[in-house]
Amino acid sequence: MGPLFPQEIINEEFNLIFAFLIGIGFGFLLEAAGFTNTRKLAGVFYGYDATVIKVFFTAALTALIGLFIMHNLGWIDLTLTFYPKTFWIATLVGGIIMGAGFVIGGFCPGTSLSAASTGKVDAMVFIGGVLLGIFGFIFTYDFLWKELRVAGAMGKVNITEWLGILEGVFIFLFVLMGVAMFYLFQKWQDWWQKRMSKEDLDELGL
Amino acid sequence: MKNRYMNPYLAGFLLGLLIIISYYISGEGLGSSGGYRDVAVATIDKISHSYALSNEFTAPRVTGPHSPAHSFLVYLLLGVIFGSILSSVLYGRLKFMIGKAPHISNKRRLYLALIGGILWGIGTQIGHGCTSGLVLSGLAVNSLSGYIGLVAIFGAGFIFALIFRRIWLKPSKK
Repeated sequence: MGPLFPQEIINEEFNLIFAFLIGIGFGFLLEAAGFTNTRKLAGVFYGYDATVIKVFFTAALTALIGLFIMHNLGWIDLTLTFYPKTFWIATLVGGIIMGAGFVIGGFCPGTSLSAASTGKVDAMVFIGGVLLGIFGFIFTYDFLWKELRVAGAMGKVNITEWLGILEGVFIFLFVLMGVAMFYLFQKWQDWWQKRMSKEDLDELGL
Repeated sequence: MKNRYMNPYLAGFLLGLLIIISYYISGEGLGSSGGYRDVAVATIDKISHSYALSNEFTAPRVTGPHSPAHSFLVYLLLGVIFGSILSSVLYGRLKFMIGKAPHISNKRRLYLALIGGILWGIGTQIGHGCTSGLVLSGLAVNSLSGYIGLVAIFGAGFIFALIFRRIWLKPSKK
């Protein structure tokens, strides 16, 4: 049955209306979970706030398990989706730059838009930076980035096919890893909790 | 407790459902940096269509019948703005302020936010997406790209966190 838009079951206008509605849910959840608070986001890298780990991996696992079941029941054909292509070198290099940007800037593109919408001035400046970076990238693309951007092209690769293990087994292992991460990051946060001031804990909502 | 946030597991679960709905309806997951890119490309196209046609990055994106900003990801971002405001109003958090660790000056925080943003702007275009589009939506369908992005962004993040410790943690007095 699904995905609807790629099979032209719904038209583009309807798809864009849905994009807007999904965006409302996305923004609402980012804000409600505390992702507009830059200190909570940075907290993942120092261990004083485990929220990012909990939200992020719960979301990934929920979607992964849900789509896996739906695909196997024939409710959605994942091969018809705009399945992401893998460019391993490009993503590795880009990801390292993003990791630096995360620690230095305290946001990522989605969370900064959410934060800027709720009045965070630092997030507005961050967005200005993102756009500057993209403009800079585009203007220098032809002679600087063209080759790097497609480096390590592998096409559409499912990690379980690449590793040669059953998808169900892989997801089960991922769940175990997720639970272990929740536990460890919670412990780390608990360790910090005894060492942080009342004001800090209040601001982080912990 | 001053700040009240939604239970992180509940927020994560609902976010996961949203990704499923997004894949079911539109055939793609949630994304952010792609929307920024579409806005940037549309802006360049508006200012100089001939330049946009001469640049190999923008050229394939400006030949369609619609503006490049008329995209799934741009409408999604418009929704993010509304959804964020809605939540912040409900939780009583809608106000102008600069988020930062207390020991960092406002000016320094804004400089760092600008630099971080620039790095994201470049990184997302090289790496084919950000934390939401590349990693979260990639993991949702077990795409290898999502796992590489996860390891690269968070792996590098933990290493850079050691170098830039002073931005977020007060130097200990002891």
